[in-house]
Amino acid sequence: MRIVLNGDCVETGDACTVETLLQQLGISRERVAVELNADIVPKGNYEKQLLSDGDKIEIVHFVGGG
Amino acid sequence: MTQTEDKLIIGGREFTSRLMVGTGKYASFEQTARALEVSGAEIITVAVRRVNLDRSKESLLDYIDLKKYTLLPNTAGCYTADDAVRTCRLAREVGMSDFVKLEVLGDEKTLFPDNEELLKAAKILVAEGFTVLPYCSDDVIVCKKLEDLGCAAVMPLGAPIGSGLGIRNPYNIRIILENVTVPVIVDAGVGSASDAAIAMELGCAGVLMNTAIAGAQDPIAMAEAMKLAVIAGRLSFKAGRIPRKLYANASSPLDGMIG
Repeated sequence: MRIVLNGDCVETGDACTVETLLQQLGISRERVAVELNADIVPKGNYEKQLLSDGDKIEIVHFVGGG
Repeated sequence: MTQTEDKLIIGGREFTSRLMVGTGKYASFEQTARALEVSGAEIITVAVRRVNLDRSKESLLDYIDLKKYTLLPNTAGCYTADDAVRTCRLAREVGMSDFVKLEVLGDEKTLFPDNEELLKAAKILVAEGFTVLPYCSDDVIVCKKLEDLGCAAVMPLGAPIGSGLGIRNPYNIRIILENVTVPVIVDAGVGSASDAAIAMELGCAGVLMNTAIAGAQDPIAMAEAMKLAVIAGRLSFKAGRIPRKLYANASSPLDGMIG
Protein backbone atom coordinates (compact mmCIF):
# COMPACT_ATOMS: atom_id res chain seq x y z
CA MET A 1 0.00 0.00 0.00
CA ARG A 2 1.00 3.60 -0.42
CA ILE A 3 1.09 6.23 2.29
CA VAL A 4 2.10 9.87 2.25
CA LEU A 5 5.02 10.18 4.66
CA ASN A 6 6.21 13.71 5.46
CA GLY A 7 4.80 14.85 2.14
CA ASP A 8 6.30 12.04 0.03
CA CYS A 9 4.48 9.02 -1.39
CA VAL A 10 6.07 5.79 -0.12
CA GLU A 11 5.30 2.08 -0.35
CA THR A 12 4.86 0.07 2.83
CA GLY A 13 3.92 -3.52 3.50
CA ASP A 14 0.40 -4.46 4.52
CA ALA A 15 -0.41 -4.66 8.24
CA CYS A 16 2.09 -1.89 8.91
CA THR A 17 1.77 -0.14 12.26
CA VAL A 18 3.29 3.16 13.34
CA GLU A 19 5.81 1.15 15.35
CA THR A 20 6.91 -0.96 12.38
CA LEU A 21 7.15 2.14 10.19
CA LEU A 22 9.46 3.85 12.72
CA GLN A 23 11.58 0.70 12.96
CA GLN A 24 11.89 0.48 9.16
CA LEU A 25 13.00 4.11 9.09
CA GLY A 26 15.45 3.61 11.96
CA ILE A 27 13.81 6.36 13.98
CA SER A 28 13.80 6.20 17.78
CA ARG A 29 10.31 6.75 19.17
CA GLU A 30 11.65 8.65 22.14
CA ARG A 31 12.21 11.99 20.46
CA VAL A 32 9.54 12.17 17.78
CA ALA A 33 5.84 12.83 17.51
CA VAL A 34 3.61 11.18 14.93
CA GLU A 35 0.48 12.50 13.30
CA LEU A 36 -1.92 10.29 11.35
CA ASN A 37 -4.28 12.20 9.06
CA ALA A 38 -3.73 15.35 11.16
CA ASP A 39 -4.42 13.64 14.50
CA ILE A 40 -1.68 12.91 17.04
CA VAL A 41 -0.93 9.24 17.60
CA PRO A 42 -0.11 8.88 21.33
CA LYS A 43 3.16 7.02 21.89
CA GLY A 44 1.28 4.27 23.72
CA ASN A 45 -0.67 3.46 20.56
CA TYR A 46 2.25 3.02 18.16
CA GLU A 47 2.14 -0.81 18.29
CA LYS A 48 -1.57 -1.13 17.65
CA GLN A 49 -2.13 1.78 15.26
CA LEU A 50 -2.44 0.19 11.82
CA LEU A 51 -1.89 2.27 8.72
CA SER A 52 -4.24 2.23 5.75
CA ASP A 53 -3.72 2.90 2.07
CA GLY A 54 -3.62 6.65 1.43
CA ASP A 55 -2.91 7.64 5.05
CA LYS A 56 -1.01 10.85 5.59
CA ILE A 57 1.73 10.48 8.20
CA GLU A 58 3.83 13.25 9.68
CA ILE A 59 6.85 12.40 11.82
CA VAL A 60 8.39 15.43 13.51
CA HIS A 61 11.20 16.16 15.94
CA PHE A 62 12.96 19.12 17.49
CA VAL A 63 15.53 21.04 15.47
CA GLY A 64 17.47 24.20 16.18
CA GLY A 65 15.26 27.28 16.26
CA GLY A 66 14.78 30.61 17.95
CA MET B 1 20.77 40.15 46.88
CA THR B 2 22.56 37.18 45.40
CA GLN B 3 21.71 35.69 42.05
CA THR B 4 20.37 32.53 43.61
CA GLU B 5 17.77 34.38 45.69
CA ASP B 6 16.42 36.26 42.69
CA LYS B 7 14.53 33.44 41.01
CA LEU B 8 12.48 33.72 37.86
CA ILE B 9 9.25 31.74 38.17
CA ILE B 10 7.36 30.73 35.03
CA GLY B 11 4.49 28.28 35.05
CA GLY B 12 5.34 27.27 38.62
CA ARG B 13 8.94 26.40 37.73
CA GLU B 14 11.94 28.23 39.16
CA PHE B 15 14.85 29.42 37.09
CA THR B 16 18.07 31.15 38.11
CA SER B 17 19.12 32.41 34.67
CA ARG B 18 17.08 35.17 33.07
CA LEU B 19 18.66 34.65 29.66
CA MET B 20 16.78 32.37 27.29
CA VAL B 21 18.56 31.26 24.17
CA GLY B 22 17.52 29.92 20.80
CA THR B 23 19.28 27.00 19.14
CA GLY B 24 19.02 28.00 15.45
CA LYS B 25 21.58 29.34 12.98
CA TYR B 26 24.76 28.02 14.61
CA ALA B 27 27.60 26.69 12.48
CA SER B 28 27.44 23.24 14.08
CA PHE B 29 25.72 21.29 16.85
CA GLU B 30 29.00 21.44 18.81
CA GLN B 31 28.96 25.21 18.62
CA THR B 32 25.30 25.31 19.66
CA ALA B 33 26.02 23.17 22.70
CA ARG B 34 29.04 25.25 23.71
CA ALA B 35 27.18 28.56 23.33
CA LEU B 36 24.28 27.26 25.44
CA GLU B 37 26.70 26.12 28.11
CA VAL B 38 28.55 29.43 28.25
CA SER B 39 25.32 31.48 28.20
CA GLY B 40 24.14 29.84 31.42
CA ALA B 41 20.63 29.65 29.95
CA GLU B 42 18.24 27.15 31.48
CA ILE B 43 15.43 27.62 28.98
CA ILE B 44 16.27 26.98 25.33
CA THR B 45 14.01 27.20 22.32
CA VAL B 46 13.71 24.60 19.59
CA ALA B 47 11.61 24.34 16.44
CA VAL B 48 9.31 21.47 15.43
CA ARG B 49 10.05 20.12 11.96
CA ARG B 50 9.66 16.98 9.88
CA VAL B 51 12.24 14.28 10.50
CA ASN B 52 14.57 14.20 7.54
CA LEU B 53 14.13 10.71 6.09
CA ASP B 54 17.05 10.88 3.64
CA ARG B 55 19.94 12.18 5.62
CA SER B 56 21.80 11.43 8.81
CA LYS B 57 19.67 10.80 11.86
CA GLU B 58 21.98 13.03 13.89
CA SER B 59 19.95 15.41 16.00
CA LEU B 60 20.53 18.58 17.98
CA LEU B 61 19.28 16.77 21.07
CA ASP B 62 22.19 14.31 20.84
CA TYR B 63 24.51 17.19 21.68
CA ILE B 64 22.55 18.71 24.54
CA ASP B 65 22.32 17.54 28.13
CA LEU B 66 18.54 17.41 28.37
CA LYS B 67 18.64 17.25 32.16
CA LYS B 68 20.13 20.75 32.27
CA TYR B 69 17.62 22.58 30.10
CA THR B 70 13.91 23.24 29.88
CA LEU B 71 13.03 22.93 26.22
CA LEU B 72 10.74 25.62 24.88
CA PRO B 73 9.44 24.44 21.49
CA ASN B 74 8.32 27.27 19.26
CA THR B 75 5.70 27.60 16.55
CA ALA B 76 8.01 29.50 14.21
CA GLY B 77 6.72 29.62 10.66
CA CYS B 78 3.04 29.34 11.66
CA TYR B 79 0.73 31.96 10.18
CA THR B 80 -2.60 30.70 11.56
CA ALA B 81 -3.87 29.77 15.01
CA ASP B 82 -4.72 26.28 13.70
CA ASP B 83 -1.16 25.61 12.52
CA ALA B 84 0.30 26.94 15.75
CA VAL B 85 -2.00 24.80 17.92
CA ARG B 86 -1.22 21.72 15.80
CA THR B 87 2.51 22.37 16.18
CA CYS B 88 2.19 22.77 19.97
CA ARG B 89 0.30 19.49 20.28
CA LEU B 90 3.07 17.74 18.32
CA ALA B 91 5.71 19.42 20.47
CA ARG B 92 4.08 18.19 23.65
CA GLU B 93 3.75 14.68 22.23
CA VAL B 94 7.50 14.58 21.65
CA GLY B 95 7.33 14.38 25.39
CA MET B 96 9.79 16.71 26.99
CA SER B 97 7.82 19.75 28.01
CA ASP B 98 4.43 21.42 28.14
CA PHE B 99 6.12 24.80 27.73
CA VAL B 100 5.53 26.39 24.32
CA LYS B 101 6.76 29.58 22.76
CA LEU B 102 3.67 30.55 20.83
CA GLU B 103 4.26 32.67 17.79
CA VAL B 104 1.73 33.30 15.06
CA LEU B 105 3.24 35.44 12.35
CA GLY B 106 1.40 37.95 10.23
CA ASP B 107 3.85 38.67 7.49
CA GLU B 108 7.05 37.14 6.07
CA LYS B 109 8.89 40.40 5.65
CA THR B 110 8.47 41.77 9.16
CA LEU B 111 7.74 38.54 11.05
CA PHE B 112 5.51 40.68 13.23
CA PRO B 113 2.89 38.77 15.21
CA ASP B 114 -0.69 38.37 14.01
CA ASN B 115 -2.18 39.26 17.38
CA GLU B 116 -5.71 38.20 16.46
CA GLU B 117 -4.59 34.66 15.59
CA LEU B 118 -2.20 34.67 18.54
CA LEU B 119 -5.02 35.32 21.01
CA LYS B 120 -7.15 32.63 19.39
CA ALA B 121 -4.34 30.07 19.68
CA ALA B 122 -3.43 31.10 23.24
CA LYS B 123 -6.99 30.52 24.42
CA ILE B 124 -7.08 26.97 23.01
CA LEU B 125 -3.63 26.05 24.32
CA VAL B 126 -4.22 27.36 27.84
CA ALA B 127 -7.46 25.33 27.95
CA GLU B 128 -5.45 22.25 26.92
CA GLY B 129 -3.03 22.73 29.81
CA PHE B 130 -0.02 24.14 27.99
CA THR B 131 2.31 26.62 29.66
CA VAL B 132 2.07 29.33 27.03
CA LEU B 133 4.78 31.95 26.47
CA PRO B 134 3.56 34.11 23.59
CA TYR B 135 5.78 36.21 21.32
CA CYS B 136 3.72 39.37 20.81
CA SER B 137 3.78 43.01 19.82
CA ASP B 138 5.06 45.56 22.33
CA ASP B 139 1.44 46.52 22.92
CA VAL B 140 0.07 46.62 26.45
CA ILE B 141 -3.48 45.84 25.37
CA VAL B 142 -2.44 42.63 23.64
CA CYS B 143 -0.21 41.71 26.59
CA LYS B 144 -3.07 42.23 29.05
CA LYS B 145 -5.38 40.09 26.92
CA LEU B 146 -2.75 37.32 26.80
CA GLU B 147 -2.35 37.53 30.57
CA ASP B 148 -6.13 37.40 31.07
CA LEU B 149 -6.28 34.27 28.90
CA GLY B 150 -3.87 32.56 31.29
CA CYS B 151 -0.51 32.82 29.54
CA ALA B 152 2.41 32.17 31.89
CA ALA B 153 4.40 35.13 30.58
CA VAL B 154 4.28 37.69 27.80
CA MET B 155 7.14 38.11 25.34
CA PRO B 156 6.94 41.44 23.52
CA LEU B 157 9.43 42.03 20.74
CA GLY B 158 12.15 44.63 21.16
CA ALA B 159 12.53 44.91 17.37
CA PRO B 160 11.87 42.61 14.40
CA ILE B 161 13.18 39.03 14.74
CA GLY B 162 16.83 38.78 13.75
CA SER B 163 17.12 42.54 13.16
CA GLY B 164 19.54 43.36 15.97
CA LEU B 165 17.97 46.82 16.27
CA GLY B 166 17.67 46.66 20.05
CA ILE B 167 14.79 47.85 22.22
CA ARG B 168 13.09 50.25 19.80
CA ASN B 169 10.37 51.39 22.14
CA PRO B 170 11.46 51.20 25.77
CA TYR B 171 8.45 53.26 26.80
CA ASN B 172 6.06 50.64 25.47
CA ILE B 173 7.98 47.99 27.40
CA ARG B 174 7.70 50.13 30.54
CA ILE B 175 3.96 50.50 30.09
CA ILE B 176 3.62 46.74 29.68
CA LEU B 177 5.71 46.19 32.83
CA GLU B 178 3.44 48.50 34.81
CA ASN B 179 0.26 46.81 33.69
CA VAL B 180 0.80 43.07 33.66
CA THR B 181 1.76 40.82 36.55
CA VAL B 182 3.12 37.80 34.64
CA PRO B 183 6.82 37.85 33.73
CA VAL B 184 7.64 40.14 30.80
CA ILE B 185 10.40 38.72 28.61
CA VAL B 186 11.78 40.70 25.70
CA ASP B 187 11.87 38.32 22.76
CA ALA B 188 13.54 39.34 19.52
CA GLY B 189 15.49 42.37 18.43
CA VAL B 190 18.51 42.24 20.72
CA GLY B 191 21.74 42.84 18.82
CA SER B 192 24.40 43.40 21.45
CA ALA B 193 25.02 43.01 25.17
CA SER B 194 23.95 46.58 25.91
CA ASP B 195 20.52 45.88 24.37
CA ALA B 196 20.08 42.94 26.75
CA ALA B 197 21.15 45.09 29.70
CA ILE B 198 18.67 47.81 28.70
CA ALA B 199 15.82 45.29 28.64
CA MET B 200 16.75 44.09 32.11
CA GLU B 201 17.23 47.62 33.47
CA LEU B 202 13.70 48.43 32.35
CA GLY B 203 12.59 45.70 34.76
CA CYS B 204 11.96 42.83 32.37
CA ALA B 205 11.98 39.37 33.91
CA GLY B 206 14.19 38.01 31.15
CA VAL B 207 15.45 38.24 27.60
CA LEU B 208 15.17 35.68 24.82
CA MET B 209 17.56 35.81 21.87
CA ASN B 210 19.00 33.66 19.11
CA THR B 211 20.55 35.57 16.22
CA ALA B 212 22.46 38.01 18.43
CA ILE B 213 24.54 35.09 19.72
CA ALA B 214 24.48 32.64 16.79
CA GLY B 215 25.18 35.36 14.23
CA ALA B 216 28.02 37.04 16.12
CA GLN B 217 31.54 36.64 14.75
CA ASP B 218 32.40 34.73 17.91
CA PRO B 219 29.17 33.18 19.18
CA ILE B 220 30.78 31.67 22.28
CA ALA B 221 32.20 35.03 23.40
CA MET B 222 28.86 36.71 22.69
CA ALA B 223 27.04 34.05 24.72
CA GLU B 224 29.19 35.00 27.69
CA ALA B 225 28.67 38.72 27.04
CA MET B 226 24.91 38.20 27.01
CA LYS B 227 25.03 36.19 30.21
CA LEU B 228 26.91 38.97 31.98
CA ALA B 229 24.75 41.72 30.46
CA VAL B 230 21.54 40.10 31.68
CA ILE B 231 23.00 39.66 35.18
CA ALA B 232 24.34 43.23 35.20
CA GLY B 233 21.10 44.69 33.89
CA ARG B 234 19.07 42.82 36.47
CA LEU B 235 21.33 43.95 39.34
CA SER B 236 21.23 47.52 38.04
CA PHE B 237 17.43 47.43 37.97
CA LYS B 238 17.23 46.03 41.49
CA ALA B 239 19.83 48.51 42.78
CA GLY B 240 17.78 51.50 41.62
CA ARG B 241 19.52 53.94 39.34
CA ILE B 242 20.10 57.65 40.11
CA PRO B 243 17.71 60.17 38.60
CA ARG B 244 18.83 61.79 35.36
CA LYS B 245 19.84 65.44 35.76
CA LEU B 246 20.64 67.98 33.11
CA TYR B 247 23.53 69.63 34.97
CA ALA B 248 26.58 68.43 36.87
CA ASN B 249 26.64 67.43 40.51
CA ALA B 250 30.22 67.22 41.84
CA SER B 251 31.34 63.94 43.35
CA SER B 252 34.21 65.43 45.39
CA PRO B 253 33.61 67.70 48.42
CA LEU B 254 33.74 71.45 47.84
CA ASP B 255 35.06 72.06 51.38
CA GLY B 256 38.82 71.89 52.07
CA MET B 257 40.01 73.05 48.67
CA ILE B 258 43.58 74.37 48.81
CA GLY B 259 43.89 78.15 48.84
